[in-house]
This record gives sequence, structure tokens and C-alpha cells, in this order.
Amino acid sequence: MKTQNQYGWYFVLPVLLLVAFNALIPMMTVVNYSVQETFGDNVFFWQGLDWFEQILRSDRFHAALGRQFLFTGLILAIEIPLGIIIALAMPRQGFWVPVCLVTMALPMLIPWNVVGAMWNIFTLPEIGLLGYFMNNTLGISYDMTQDPIAAWVTIVTMDVWHWTSLVVLLSYAGLVSIPDAYYQAAKIDGASPWSVFRHIQLPKMKTVLTIAILLRFMDSFNIYTEPFVLTGGGPGNSTTLLSIDLVKIALGQFDLGPAAAMSLIYFAITLLVSWLFYTLMTKDDGK
Amino acid sequence: MIELRDISKKIGQIIHIKPTSLTLQTGHFNVLLGETGSGKTSLIKLMAGLDLAASGQILINGQDVTKLSPQKRNISLVHQFFVNYPHMTVFDNIASPLRVAGMAKSEIQGRVEEAADILQLRPMLNRRPQELSGGQQQRTALARAIAKESQAVFLDEPLANLDYKLREELREQLPELFAGRGAVVIYATSEPEEALLLGGETALMHDGHVAQFGPTAEIYRKPANLTSARVFSDPPINSATIQKNGAQASLPTGVSWPLDGQAAALPDGAYTVAVRPHHVTPASQGAQAVELTGQVQVTELSGSESSAHFLMGTDNWVSLAHGVHPYEVGEDHAFWMDPAHCYYFAPDGKLVA
Amino acid sequence: MAQITLSNLRHSYSATPKTRDDYALKEIDLTWEDGGAYALLGPSGCGKSTLLNIISGLLNPSEGRILFDDTDVTSLPPDQRNIAQVFQFPVIYDTMTVYDNLAFPLRNRGVAAAKVDARVTEIADMLEVTDMLGLRAAGLSPDNKQKISMGRGLVRDDVNVVMFDEPLTVIDPHLKWKLRSKLKELHQRVRATMIYVTHDQTEALTFADQVVVMQDGEIVQMGTPVDLFERPQHTFVGHFIGSPGMNILPCDLRDGGAFFQGEQVALEGPASQGDGETQIGIRPEFVSIADQGLDATITKVADVGRHNVVEARVGDIEVKAILEGDTPVKGSSVKLAFRPDQTRLYRDGWIATEAAS
Repeated sequence: MKTQNQYGWYFVLPVLLLVAFNALIPMMTVVNYSVQETFGDNVFFWQGLDWFEQILRSDRFHAALGRQFLFTGLILAIEIPLGIIIALAMPRQGFWVPVCLVTMALPMLIPWNVVGAMWNIFTLPEIGLLGYFMNNTLGISYDMTQDPIAAWVTIVTMDVWHWTSLVVLLSYAGLVSIPDAYYQAAKIDGASPWSVFRHIQLPKMKTVLTIAILLRFMDSFNIYTEPFVLTGGGPGNSTTLLSIDLVKIALGQFDLGPAAAMSLIYFAITLLVSWLFYTLMTKDDGK
Repeated sequence: MIELRDISKKIGQIIHIKPTSLTLQTGHFNVLLGETGSGKTSLIKLMAGLDLAASGQILINGQDVTKLSPQKRNISLVHQFFVNYPHMTVFDNIASPLRVAGMAKSEIQGRVEEAADILQLRPMLNRRPQELSGGQQQRTALARAIAKESQAVFLDEPLANLDYKLREELREQLPELFAGRGAVVIYATSEPEEALLLGGETALMHDGHVAQFGPTAEIYRKPANLTSARVFSDPPINSATIQKNGAQASLPTGVSWPLDGQAAALPDGAYTVAVRPHHVTPASQGAQAVELTGQVQVTELSGSESSAHFLMGTDNWVSLAHGVHPYEVGEDHAFWMDPAHCYYFAPDGKLVA
Repeated sequence: MAQITLSNLRHSYSATPKTRDDYALKEIDLTWEDGGAYALLGPSGCGKSTLLNIISGLLNPSEGRILFDDTDVTSLPPDQRNIAQVFQFPVIYDTMTVYDNLAFPLRNRGVAAAKVDARVTEIADMLEVTDMLGLRAAGLSPDNKQKISMGRGLVRDDVNVVMFDEPLTVIDPHLKWKLRSKLKELHQRVRATMIYVTHDQTEALTFADQVVVMQDGEIVQMGTPVDLFERPQHTFVGHFIGSPGMNILPCDLRDGGAFFQGEQVALEGPASQGDGETQIGIRPEFVSIADQGLDATITKVADVGRHNVVEARVGDIEVKAILEGDTPVKGSSVKLAFRPDQTRLYRDGWIATEAAS
């Protein structure tokens, strides 16, 4: 029901205040840093847009950004189809529904740093279950602290393990809301299972999938804790994603100005991609 | 009494309600009749305070409530969908607005039981809504409106989701339920037959405005304009363009008949004639009857009545008659129209005779 | 097209039905002729949707067989039964155009493109949706969506039966009228076997040549609209069909006559012998005000435009009458007459008079 009075704003007010405190004010600080240079002791010099230019031209940033897109692209390409497939395979009613749902939700309940630590231990070649099994039982050399490919496989697998269930739960919610009549009509119309998926299930899941992709994009694009705990960005810089690089610059080298400029660029990219994607997905809903 | 003074409603550029003035009396059963999208629900929302008007004033019993929130207007609303609190018993559902108002326990008991008796819900007071049939769930919602004793009761197509027979039973009881309870009752429906069965007053709604308002049977008999005639007709009213020449009216097909009284006095020219399907019959109704011929397109037989859709020139007309009449689809049949029941409308849509 | 035979059909939603009440369908035996228009009419929960789902193959009956012509289809899945169904809410493939929606059932069966095009064009023309063919189906109004659903049901010319499950529920009255006559017209043109399920007597009676009235999982009567209206076999049918329904009045049977409130009432013909509770059934359409008859007081007069629905009290029993022309006012005393050839006797609910020939 659409109401036209203005009371709604009173309810939003606390959130607006909260957002102001935890987002706007820190962000203005970042903006402030990004145009200045400091050598500590709270002494600042005006720098203009130099930091932005420097970051945008730096190979280091390009490499990290490339790795970031690769990571996000990979996990989206795996998690979205996998999530849909699992959701399609889940029972729609009966005893197994709650069992499946709870099992699915478990990985998401584990704190991010614990996930990193878990997978770290899990993959250690000497004592980790997976590491030991791969190296000693199967005889496949697997050590993510030495081999960039192994490191990549590990962080991607870890993210898939951690977050596919989000896609599953959202897709499942979309699937169960489809009225039976659609399936019955499709049966009677002689539609193939692929047609049912393509013309009924997928269109009806569109809204939830848009949300799932958006959430997974934003989360994975900003991911920090798990890869940091797991690989620390290594070996070398092979898994140094944008956020890890950013922390290195800001806290490792204490280059606050460039770090601030980089965070703003980072933020702009996330926002732009999300906006583009959302606009594309919802473009023809009004028709 | 509810008074609407030049009330209007716009969302963005889309006009939902054109400036409308209407006075609905306490103790009367007022029907808002119109198709989906004609503005019935929009108007109810304005009166109930669920939406604020773009312009104009709303008065309930003399008090200006234009800017008041719904909870301050002392009103009740019953929806098309059965809206009850699923976790509460029927008793608690009926009692809920009274508890909110802080009424004493003993008084609540009395009021709930009275409302439950009226709606025959006494044996179900301890059950939960989902254990009830659709009809009983809607009775619970109605009982809540009755127990609250509000100044205005809005019923927005309350029977739309009930079975045909249940609808018939509840519809028969509705006007009696609210009679003498000191409330303005406003009932929205899209079915002309329902308006006639409910009686009272009817406001015909079309395209965001009230086309006509008055005692139900009266406006059915005397539609002020072509829009009213069309809105208040089921099956749709038959209409065709005629040429009036002296005391003669003639259809494009060549059929003509003599006009008398008001119709004869009109200036010559083009008019629209409209006649209800039950005044077009397969047998002559008397010496005055005008014979029409048309090709039968579809026939329907409902046990007690026969209807035929026939094509007369370019106009699609319907005849509805008691009894069983054999028609051959695709054949030409003769029908008789009673000119005493014809309405004549000017080109601007106003009833002229 | 095919003749449909339902033989000893029973269905229970419980795996181990014990009593008769455990069955949602109790013993259904029916034959529907090829090319007929049929309706299944009854209140919510009477088993009509269960029966429909069994015919379409969405549900397997607990017992009994379904034959299309002479082929037993009881164990065939829906897509092999060669049927079409239109649902209560429009089922539309949102991603497709109107054209593709209509073509879908044909393409799924590998029909040649030229024939698909011919059928779709023909059906679109019948439904008057030709100008919408290129539009995305998702953006249509509910009644147009339902038209497209109907079109998908009618597009195949080789189906055994087309079934409609309360297809006009979400449609506005004016459009309902149009769609209903459209459907009737389509039946008269294509002559497919059609089954229409509804709780709305008007829809059932106007659409069907034969109406099956169901109550509590059983068929109470199957007949033409005129049969059901004039000679209901059971008081339930009398009450359910007609608006208002038949007057069902308690009566005593003695000295070879039926007595209502102490007055003898002439019946259509001789009553059968037997014990049980007896009632008189008379439709409001056949009750009139006369010089002689039952003493009654008018309690309510409703002017519904075409006629008046009048309620009168005879003793402590309400009798309804449909009267045209001048009507007595509320509170006045009148005499009511029942048309004898339309006055029936019911014993324990079932008709107990023979029609005078």
C-alpha cells in the first residue's frame, strides 16, 4: 500500500544519522587525506589531484585491479550457476527441506577470519587434511605458499565454499514462490526441462538473482580478511587483491595520501559496476 | 456523514481521482460501482486516510480529517483478501481494535459476543482464522468492523474472493448488519448486479470521477449520461447511433420507429440510443415493439434465461430473455425492442430523453 | 478430440483411506461425448479441482480408470495425454512475445514452422489479439494475459480435451462477459471437447451444454442447464443453481397430498412411496401473487432493476419470489401461489415426484 504522507522520514532518520557517522564522516576524512601529503605529526601539505594521477598510472594498481576482477569474475562464474543448480536440486517439501537449509546456512555463520584460518590449516602440506592428502596420498604437489596457481585455486575454492549457499538460499526462495500452475501448464504444453528452466524458473528468479549477483560482486570485490589470513597476498604478489594492496600502502608504508586516493578510486569502481549492472538488469521491468 | 469537497489525487503525472465532491449519509449503504482502475479503491484510501489527497477537503461528521492519519479517523476497513491476525483466536481478532482503544475487559466481552452473534461466529470464537472457511474468515473481519462501532465502515470488494453461493448469502445480510449502527457504510464493487442487490445509494465511478450518484434503483432506471448507462449495466447495455428526423428515429440498418414525448421534441440530428439487453427479446412485447434483425453470433442459456449476441449492421447487441429460446448460430433472427425502455443520449453523452 | 470416460474413479489424498470420508472423490462414473461443452460446478472443496487434475494427469487416482476414446490413459503423464489446460491465474511465459507464447505448445511438439504460423495467426484472430502478437507477454493486462493462456490451450488442433480451471476469477465483470462469450463462440467454432470448472453457476450454465454438479466428492446431478434449473434431482442442486436458489420448504405428506403450513400444495405429479423427511421445492421464478393461495406477509422487497426479489413469510417460513411489474410493499398481506407443474417434492433431499407428462 502506497502512502503519501511524510511520516516515513522520521523512521529513516536514525539510519541516516548512523550512515552519516559511520560512512559519510570517515569518507570525508579520506577525501581530505587524498588531496594532501603528510609526514606525520599532523602536518599536511596540499597536493591536489596528484595522488589520483599517480595511482591511476601505477602498474602496481593495474595489476591489483586485474587480479581483483579475475577473482570476482571467477567466483561469480562458479557460485551463481552452482548456486542455481543446488537450489534446483533441493527438495521443495518434506523433512529434508529444513535439513538442507540449515546445512546450507552453516558456512555463512562462520566468522571470516576463522574461515581463513580453517582453510590455512586445512591446506598445510604436512598436517592439513587436504594438503596431506593431495601431496602424500595422491602425489600431486600442492602448496599454496609456494605455488601461485595453488594459492588461487585455494582462495577461489574457499570463497565458493563460504558463499555459494547465499546464492542457493536466494535462488531457492525465488523457486518456491513460483505457483504450481506454471509447472503444470509447462507439463501440459509439453515443455522440455530446459524450457521450464529457461522460460519459467530463470525469469521468476531474476529479481533474487540480481540481488545475489550484486551482493556477491560487492562482497568479493571488497574481500580482505579471508585471503589475508590464508595467503597474506602471496606467494609474491600473486594473490594481492586490491584491498590487501591498499592496506599494505596505508598501514605498511604509511602512505596515507595515495592510500586515500586509491580507496576513493576503489569505491568509485565498485559503485559504478554495481550501478551499471543493476540498471541493466532492471531496465525492462517497467514494460 | 462523509463529505468530500473537490477531493483529488495524483501520483506523479497520473491522475487517480479527478476533483470529486460527494456527500455520503450516516446510516446509508453507499455503493461505489466501477471497473477495476476506475478509482473506487483510490477514493476509499483517501477517505480512510491511507492516502493523502492532492487537493480538497474530507469531513467525517463535520470534522475536517483531510490531514488526519487513519487511526485518528475512527473508521473500519474490510478488504477483498481475508485480513485477520493469524496468531490470534477469532475472539482476539474481533477484540483487537477495542483493546487498542483501551476499553474495559467486561465491555469488550459484551461487544465481541454481540458482533459474533450477528455474524454467527459464536461457536468459532476460540479458533484461529486458518481453521475457518473463507466465508467465516471474512465474517471475522466484518465482526471486527461491527464491534469497533466506527463512524465509517469501508468494504472494499469484501465478497470478491468467496464462492458464488457464499457471496449471495453474505451479500443479503450485509445491509441488515450495518442498519441502525450509526455508521456510514461504503461498499466498493465492480459488479452492477451486486449494487442492485445491495440497494441503498450508488456512486458510479469511471476513469477517476463519479459519473452519477443517487438511490441505486433510481440511477439504474435513469442514467444521467452514456457513461453511467454503460457502467451500470451487466450484460453491457446495447447502443447504436440513430438519426432523428421529425418524429422518426432510424438506425443505420434502416430500421425506424416513431418517437414521442421528450424524444420527439429534440432537434433533428444524430443521437445514441441505448437499451438494456432484457428489453430486447426474441418475442414481440406489444404493438409498440420495434423489430430488429441480426445475425446471431453466440448464444448462452442459463437455465432460466436465454441470451443471444447478434450483429446488427456494425453493432454488437445482446438480447436476454426469460425461458428457453432456440437460436441458430450464424442465422438471422428477429428481435423486438421496446421503445418505451430506450434511452437517448446527445453526442456529448448527456441523457436527453 | 475424444470421448472421455471416467470409470469407478476414486481418489484419496491419504495413503491409507479407511472411511468413505477419507476420499476426496467418491466413486465417479461419467462419459463425456466428443466435442461437447461440459462444466463441473460445485462449492470450494467439492472435489472438482481434484477431478480436473486427474483428467489432466497431474494427479493419479487411487482407484479407477480414465479412457480417452478406447485408450486407457490412467497412468500416462500430462504431456502424453494430448490435452490443454487454462488455469485460474494467467500462466504466461514472461520472456516470450505473445506470438511465441501461442506457438510454444506447437513448437514443443515439433510442428512445422509454416503450420505453427498458420495456427497462431488463426487463434490470434479468433481472440482478437492479432495486434499484440509482437509484444512481450509480461506487459499485458490480466484479461489479455488470460486470453493468451486460453489461446495456448486452443492452438493445438489435435488435443483430446481443453480444460478450464475457473479461468475468469481474476477478470472484471464487463470483460468476464466478453471473455465468456468469446469462449462460447470458440467452442461453437472449433468444436473441441471442453471442460470448464467453476463455482459460479452463471459461468457454468452459460458455457456448458451439460453441467455436472458436485458436492462432497460426489456427482449430485448431470444435466442440461434447463434440467438443472427446472428439475433439480436434489435440493442441493436446487439451492446451488439459481439466484436466489430454490425455496426448500418443509412439508407433511398425508391423505395423498403435500401440506405446507397446514395448506395443501399441488405437486407436479404423484409422489413416490417411502419414509423420510419431505420438502417442497419451488423456484422463486414460479412463485406469484394471486387471489387465492397461501397467506403471507411481505418482509422484504429488493428492486434489482429487471425485477423485484420479494421475501414473504408464510407462518414462520421465508419464501422468496421473483416478481415483475407492480409489487406489494413491505408489510402487506398477500396470497402466494406456486405454479403446480414446477412444484416438486423431495424426500431426504432427493426428488420424489414424477413429472406430469
